This record gives sequence, C-alpha cells and structure tokens, in this order.
Amino acid sequence: MAPVATNLPAESGAAGDWKIDQPGFAQRLRAGEGAAFELLVREQTPRLMAVIGRLLGQDSDTSDALQDTFMRIFQNIEQFAGEARLSTWIHRIAVNSALMKLRKQSRRDEVSIDQLLPAFDGHGKLRYEHLSPWKSPETVTDLVLRREMKQQVRRQIDRLPENYRTVLILRDIEELDTEETARLLEIQPGAVKTRLHRARLALRALLEPLLQGDEP
Amino acid sequence: MTCKEFVDFMMTYLDGELPEAERARFEAHLKDCTCCLHFMETYRQAVAMGKKCHNCEEDGQTLSSNVPEHLIQAILAARRRPTPD
Repeated sequence: MAPVATNLPAESGAAGDWKIDQPGFAQRLRAGEGAAFELLVREQTPRLMAVIGRLLGQDSDTSDALQDTFMRIFQNIEQFAGEARLSTWIHRIAVNSALMKLRKQSRRDEVSIDQLLPAFDGHGKLRYEHLSPWKSPETVTDLVLRREMKQQVRRQIDRLPENYRTVLILRDIEELDTEETARLLEIQPGAVKTRLHRARLALRALLEPLLQGDEP
Repeated sequence: MTCKEFVDFMMTYLDGELPEAERARFEAHLKDCTCCLHFMETYRQAVAMGKKCHNCEEDGQTLSSNVPEHLIQAILAARRRPTPD
C-alpha cells in the first residue's frame, strides 16, 4: 500500500465548508471519539464517492475503494500533521485508493492515443481542416452547463487511454499540481506534463464534432 | 517554427511558461497560420469543457441523497473491528 502523504500544500484540493476542517476535529479523531468518526463518514462519503467515481469512470462500483479509503484514514489518522486541511488529506487518500483499484481493474474500451493526436505532413505542416469558426467562450460555457452535454464530455473523457485519462482527471478536474500527480502515479513530473498535453490534444479531437457544432 | 513545433509548445505557451525567444517565434507562427490559430482555440475550448464537465461540489451533492445507509454502517463497523496483526 502506498504511503499516506503528510506534507501536502496547505491550500491544495477543492475547498469546501466542511465540519471536519473545524479546529480540534482531527484531535477528536485521534482520541478515537466514535461520534467524530461517524460525522466524518456521513459528511465525507458523498464527496469521496464522487472523487473515486470520477477516477474509476462513469457507472463504476465505488464501494470497495471507498471502504479502503476510510480504513486508511482510520489507520493513519495519527500521521495527519495538520499542515493541510483534513479534507485535503483525505481527498488524497481517496485518490490513492481509486488509483490502486484502477490498476487492478480490467481495461475499458478505449481509443488508441495515436488516432487522436494531430497529423503533420513531411514539412511539419498541420493536417487540419476547420469547417466553421470556433465557438465563443460564452457558448462553450453555456454548452457545458447543460446536463446532457456534461454527460457527453464525460463519456469522451472515459474513452481516453487509461494513462492519459488519469492524468487529465488528476490535473484538470481534481486540480492536483504536477508534482503531486507525479508522486501519486510514480512517474516523473516531465512525464505528467507530456501526458497531460497529449490527453488534452486527444480530448480536443474527441470533442471536435461538438466544438464544430455537431454532436460527438 | 513549423506547425508541429507549434503544437508541441501549445500547452507551455498557454500556461505562460514558454521562454521569451520561443514565445516570439510561437506568436509569429500564430499570426501567419490560421490553421494553427483555429486548432489552438479548439484545444483551449476542449480543455475548458473537460474542466467544467465535473463540478466537484455538485457531484457530491447529487450523491448525498443516494448513499446507502448499509454502506455507512459497514464502514463504521469496520473501524470498530480490531485490525489483524
């Protein structure tokens, strides 16, 4: 099992107004107070299920990784140094549990990355035909606010090859920085940057029909 | 700068991390090549759509009414069980 991070940046992770971040709460957990554990589980389960679900893919079973997450929180609460918010610390544990589960999971139906990267001619000229002007940023924001459109974008993200999809989710959705993503995936920061760029290029290709005004 | 180099540098440029000399070459290419201009705009939009398709707070709220009580109880029961050495 990968070690639990104790030296997280103080302000990393999605901010939320959580009861578990109130002063003294971690101490109640360290003291083994049952009511504090129950509050932690009830308050954080929906959020952690969502984090795990994003990493495992749509319609995945999140319960194993969720239970693993809480077991690791219970077992390692003594290691929580209080430098980051407690909610940030447990977010990282959930990400780690989801990644471990992902490594054991069978591969999904995914598209080869090479099919999704841009093509160039022998002189390095981009082979790209744009059929219509791009949409304004407001139009893109309006589009993605529609529930069915969010589902379509998520489905396209799920089609990315696993190594690329994971980096895209950790960096662009979970908002982890390059170094932390590298640490969690046990790869070099340079590899994170390369994979992120390729994942975004591939996502661009998958979303192109949508960006050109057609359905993907 | 070729289109290929342009595409390679695109993320670094958009992150504001491209060194000045490269940035000047990049922007000169951007001015001359409508193909790359269009490509970069759609790249930028795809990234924005990817980031916005999950609203972390909203995902959690959607799930909050669907968490099965037996799952909560199983997690709490697991904490109470002594861990094997």
